[in-house]
Amino acid sequence: MQAVRHLSGSEWTLDDLLAIEQICARHAAGYGLDTFPNQLEVISSEQMLDSYVSSGLPVNYGHWSFGKHFLIESANYRSGANSLAYEIVINTDPCIAFLMEDNSLAMQALVIPHACFGHNSFSKGNYLFKQWTQPDAILDYMLFARNYIADCEERYGLERVEQTLDALHALRDQGLDKYKRPSRLDTRKERAEQAKRLSVAQETMRQAEYYSLVPQIAKAAKQAAVFPASPEENLLYFLEKHAPKLEPWQRELARIVRKIAQYFYPQRQTQVMNEGWATFWHHRLINDMYDAGEIDQGILLECLHSHTNVIRQREYSSLNPYALGFAAWNEIKRVCEDPTDEDREYLPEVAGKDWLATFHDIMQNYRDESFILQFLTPKLVRDFRLMDIQTQEGLDHWTVDHTAGAEGFKAIRSQLSAAYRLESAMPEISVVRYAHDTDRKLFLQHQSYNGKMLIKNQAEQTLKHLKLLWGFDVALETVDQNGATLAVY
Amino acid sequence: MTSVIVDRRAQKGKSTANRQRVLKRLDGALKAEVDKLVARHKLKDIDKAVEVTIERKDVTEPRFALDPVSGATGKVIPGNDQYRVGDKIPHNPAQGRGGGQGSGDGQSDEEDAFRFALSREEYLSLLFDELELPALVKKDLLQIDETRFRRGGVVRYGNPGNVCVVRTFKASIGRRIAAEAQREEALEAAEAALIAARTGANPAQVQAAEAALRALQDDPEDIPFLDPVDLRHRSLVEVQSPCTAAVMFCLMDVSSSMDEKRKDLAKRFFTLLYLFLTRKYKKVDLVFIRHTDQAQEVDEDTFFNGTQAGSTKVLSALAKMNEIIDARYPASHYNIFGAQASDGDSFGVDSTESSAYLLSQLLPFSRYFVYAEVGDRPAQGTTSLWAAYRLIESDHFNMATVSARNEVYPALAKLFQKET
Repeated sequence: MQAVRHLSGSEWTLDDLLAIEQICARHAAGYGLDTFPNQLEVISSEQMLDSYVSSGLPVNYGHWSFGKHFLIESANYRSGANSLAYEIVINTDPCIAFLMEDNSLAMQALVIPHACFGHNSFSKGNYLFKQWTQPDAILDYMLFARNYIADCEERYGLERVEQTLDALHALRDQGLDKYKRPSRLDTRKERAEQAKRLSVAQETMRQAEYYSLVPQIAKAAKQAAVFPASPEENLLYFLEKHAPKLEPWQRELARIVRKIAQYFYPQRQTQVMNEGWATFWHHRLINDMYDAGEIDQGILLECLHSHTNVIRQREYSSLNPYALGFAAWNEIKRVCEDPTDEDREYLPEVAGKDWLATFHDIMQNYRDESFILQFLTPKLVRDFRLMDIQTQEGLDHWTVDHTAGAEGFKAIRSQLSAAYRLESAMPEISVVRYAHDTDRKLFLQHQSYNGKMLIKNQAEQTLKHLKLLWGFDVALETVDQNGATLAVY
Repeated sequence: MTSVIVDRRAQKGKSTANRQRVLKRLDGALKAEVDKLVARHKLKDIDKAVEVTIERKDVTEPRFALDPVSGATGKVIPGNDQYRVGDKIPHNPAQGRGGGQGSGDGQSDEEDAFRFALSREEYLSLLFDELELPALVKKDLLQIDETRFRRGGVVRYGNPGNVCVVRTFKASIGRRIAAEAQREEALEAAEAALIAARTGANPAQVQAAEAALRALQDDPEDIPFLDPVDLRHRSLVEVQSPCTAAVMFCLMDVSSSMDEKRKDLAKRFFTLLYLFLTRKYKKVDLVFIRHTDQAQEVDEDTFFNGTQAGSTKVLSALAKMNEIIDARYPASHYNIFGAQASDGDSFGVDSTESSAYLLSQLLPFSRYFVYAEVGDRPAQGTTSLWAAYRLIESDHFNMATVSARNEVYPALAKLFQKET
């Protein structure tokens, strides 16, 4: 058993950080938090900006858009508009947590439990992360992607690679498998398959040349059926497999962009849960450390001060995921330990249960949308004084539909839950037809809900990128739920 | 399954490559920005940080996105303390339809423009169209030596006015201690001889020894307090050191034939020379002389922006320069540089007179004089001024035609060549 370290003051050494991590590990084990091994990395503010740009991935391929984001972020930071995150962590195994060098000892004592135990255990336990990401393979994959793209730049020229990536980035949001689980990332397999794909592609091109010389025999009858048979939501996937004019390396790039976008999909769906979870645990672990005499009062107070800032909710503003998540988890704990009749009515499956077991179960099996729908309590809605407001195109005002109260609770809950459904924020665009036997035109459909339209000039510019990749004409229309066309781009 | 800690702080510049890429992509927009800056900046601002503003539309990344204004929108808002069901809340005009939207998702793309600072190298590269400027500071240029006196330690002989009292007294003390010690030794030897004589019981020897001892004791050898050999003087040595002050004369023809484009090229030409001189000299004065048929010394603003009507007489500017040198910038104390920009218009005997004047009156005092003929081809290089200047043969003179930004540097290239 290691001797207890008493931490105080604001200066720290690398050993102090490791000591905090070990102390936290001891407390976290008591709560059954299962984590990947931690890798703490101390970084400077410039490196934090680097991390922002690549969404926390320590390795990334080169592209001008990352440079642009770096310029914007650093300009915001220099001008004082934004302060930098104290830490940044992504789901890798081992779990890499970047800690800012400017953090005081107390801040480090706050962010280590937050990142290394909160987020870490969440990404190891949550079903979305388990199903959709491979934390042990992502870094190898990124390295592979970076080298492959650098190789392409050398072979096919910076400009062509940049142009292809620009177009692919524009379609990044349409490169997601939202419902089916993606295949496993495996760098070695990826390389082997890539070689295979390249040789098949070359063979196909040779054959195509050959067949173009011999007369076509009644091929048309075979292809009369509509293709694709069912609409394809993953545009990038469709391009990779079916775009007539893409060169093999461009298909590989499409694959890389798609795989990386897919990797961040679970994070985007669990923001409230994940931040709330991490905030709950840093709050808990800091108090445990103080109770055990491992940190002094000064550190505790500074931690609580920062904690309070983190969970501040401004009135009449967008919801702070930290505040909402932290409150939601605390509410679940309260309902477990000290349920009221109201709680028994709305959350019967939780009321009176063992809170720790309930916590683990919820953390593992829900995402923001279902989490809010299942576990938002009437008390939280009242405490946050939530209201549900609606407006219509052409109106100059919002109408208050529901306010916090018994009658408004369910409506507010479902409205809030829907707001965290990623599909509702991203346009649903799918490939409905590919005229492969005539002019090779591609037909896309945007399914509109509630009369929501695409931003016209953005859509047209994106379409230009798409045409570049497709090589032939592309048509996009917005249709309502009855299939009536609302707009053509 | 152990935790590790890594100190990453030493790794720097991860974003440099992507920064170069975005700058390359922004090339057109940045050049336009830099053009504006050139018009606004003073020559002396060249070393200040350069901030540029870039419209976001130059670097958009389009996506398929839903129009927040379209259709029906519902949202959940916290902190309600005044509204009831059915109340109407006007849209916040400042935020459009937002009512607090957007701040949470980290998307700042709505803003129109962003600012960032260019490094000096990046700025210069844009200023001179990606010309690779040599490492200016390293180059060695013709320089004049200035004679100065520098302290050269302490010497034995010198002017009484330069006596170094402390060192003189040190020498005196040392000499006196040494002299005392010698006398002590002689006394001791005499005493020892006396004792030896007494033991020998030879009265004559005893007497002789006693006399010798007494002679030593009675004649306290006079040790002077200060002796001429003690004297020490501060010395000053003459050294030749490079003169660190320079003056740069900017001469420009401002007759109406010098249009904005030509003036812009001229400004870049002056800027580059100034930049070079500030690398080389501690202090660089700028003198602006504009001329038509008369020359005037003016401030920078007037120089670049003022207009004046009149014909052209180059000689007037050269004479003005000479006059200012005589009055304020003696060639023994200043490195004199001349930079002349003109479209080459000159009438009658002015060209040949100017050329002769330059060679005989100015070049002997100048470190360097460079003439840039700005304007468009093909007229360039055929003007009478060009023809007259071409006859000047001097290591301190150079001339070039400048019709585009990237020709500014070649005009000055000779200046940057290393002296062999």
